[in-house]
Amino acid sequence: MLMEYPARVFKFYQDGFRRMTVGKTLWKIIIIKLIIMFGVLKIFFFPNFLSTNFSTDQQRADHVIEQLTRSTGNNY
Amino acid sequence: MGEIDLTMVNWARAQFILTVMYHWIFVPITLGLSFLCAFFESMYVRTGDDEWKKLTKFWMTLFGINFAIGVATGIILEFQFGTNWSNYSWMVGDIFGAPLAIEGILAFFLEATFFAVMFFGWDRTSKGFHLFSTWMVAIGSNLSALWILVANGWMQSPVGMAFNPESARFEMQNFWEVLFAPIAIAKFTHTTSSSFVVGSFFVITISSYYLLKGRHVNMAKRSIIVASVFGLLASLFTAFTGDESAYNNARYQPMKLAAYEGLFEGARGADIVALGILNSGKRLGDGQEPFAFEVSIPKGLSIMAKRELNAFVPGIKDLVYGNEAEGIMSVAEKMEKGKAAVADFAAIREAGKSGDEQAKAAAIERFRVNQDYLGFGYLDTPEEIVPPVATVYYSFHIMVYLGSFFILLFMLYLYFSYKDTLEDKIWLLVLGFCSFFLALTASELGWVVAEVGRQPWAIQDLMPVKMATTNIGVGHVQATFFMFFVLFGALLIAEIKIMLKQIKIGPEGV
Repeated sequence: MLMEYPARVFKFYQDGFRRMTVGKTLWKIIIIKLIIMFGVLKIFFFPNFLSTNFSTDQQRADHVIEQLTRSTGNNY
Repeated sequence: MGEIDLTMVNWARAQFILTVMYHWIFVPITLGLSFLCAFFESMYVRTGDDEWKKLTKFWMTLFGINFAIGVATGIILEFQFGTNWSNYSWMVGDIFGAPLAIEGILAFFLEATFFAVMFFGWDRTSKGFHLFSTWMVAIGSNLSALWILVANGWMQSPVGMAFNPESARFEMQNFWEVLFAPIAIAKFTHTTSSSFVVGSFFVITISSYYLLKGRHVNMAKRSIIVASVFGLLASLFTAFTGDESAYNNARYQPMKLAAYEGLFEGARGADIVALGILNSGKRLGDGQEPFAFEVSIPKGLSIMAKRELNAFVPGIKDLVYGNEAEGIMSVAEKMEKGKAAVADFAAIREAGKSGDEQAKAAAIERFRVNQDYLGFGYLDTPEEIVPPVATVYYSFHIMVYLGSFFILLFMLYLYFSYKDTLEDKIWLLVLGFCSFFLALTASELGWVVAEVGRQPWAIQDLMPVKMATTNIGVGHVQATFFMFFVLFGALLIAEIKIMLKQIKIGPEGV
């Protein structure tokens, strides 16, 4: 009985995906989009600057503080 | 590393604007259409009429297309925060962490469960549970928007936090103060209700097209009645929440209010300009008239901003140069305090590095005196706090005119639906066909007012945009800007093609 429920849920999703019409095209677009976003853009073009360049929170804080306190005059 | 490059700041801004405006094409449709699907399905469950079911499934399919193309475009904004806006991301991480995590968890569970039932569960779950799922998708999508709007509201009026100069982070002190900040509440209610208007016009545009073509007439007429009632109520509520937003702007962002009202000189019993063309040659303090042409409502601005007939509403000049009689401090004075705060911020760091705890404690104490003016310490001139007045003024006024026009349009649709002569009113159907594009324009303009109007601030009074960026090369940001341009263009073309195909097929094909 307990095992029946997950199997029913699985079948619900399986049948749902099988019966899709326009949904199939949409899923293709979603998957291509996610691959481009996470597999290309995020890795190669959008690294997290602070995580990539500094290994500890203290270093990250020091960097930001340095940026924020270096120029108090009209240097921008 | 060198100084922060202003060209890079502007490209990072442009990239953010491109992404957020693209993202905002899908969000209001999702927020509005989700509730309309719930209304349509409620009618089906209540009446048992299969026409309502067919109609619901049709709009649900369009909802699904819009959702699929729009989903995850908001994540790109988070990529940009980490790469282009690292100073900002670091500083607000503690504040934004909680709301954005709630949004992520809510969205995940919503999409994995109720979305699946909504799309896969027809005839496989009970009518009641299916309807419940559709309502949950509508409520959940809108609640999901709450958290991101709370985060945005905090940037407009930072509350419930304390700045820690040793870690350079804003630390959450009171979550409820952040959540229930007046500006956050007004932002949520105004944004969601205006999105309901966009969603309603999405339905009216497509239904009007069907009526003009003489196709799916019964479905179109039913859809129009529900969308017009919902849209009219939402429009009236949007006007009310818009007024509340203006009242909040007067309290927390008076410069934004002055800019979108074109108010250069403050006044008691200030008039509101209902219709006006700005004098393009007008410069701050030059004595020229701000308007080339204007039609004003006497004392209207004082009533809107302060809820009093003769209250003083500060103009741009008062806010920049100060007005002693009205107790308004000049920006020059705020800049002095801000520069002292930045100097003490630096002193805290130096004392920390040298291990001088006494000097550090003294610097922290001095910093606390001027910390509310921190952002002013990064300004070059007092005039820098003035946003682009013409952009904000015209965006605001066009948004208001369109919003007023929408109320009339919904009423006309309801009137002629009641008379059952809608199909004969070709002029109205043509207007209705254009309405979605107008509503989307108004919605985007609302964001222009909100975001351009608060320039130069990333966080109101505490951090100007130019200090929020990462010190990286402009070439990188330019390259990714054009990459997004191409990606978003391709996605938009894909959405329009799939959507048009589905509209052409109509309710028979779902």
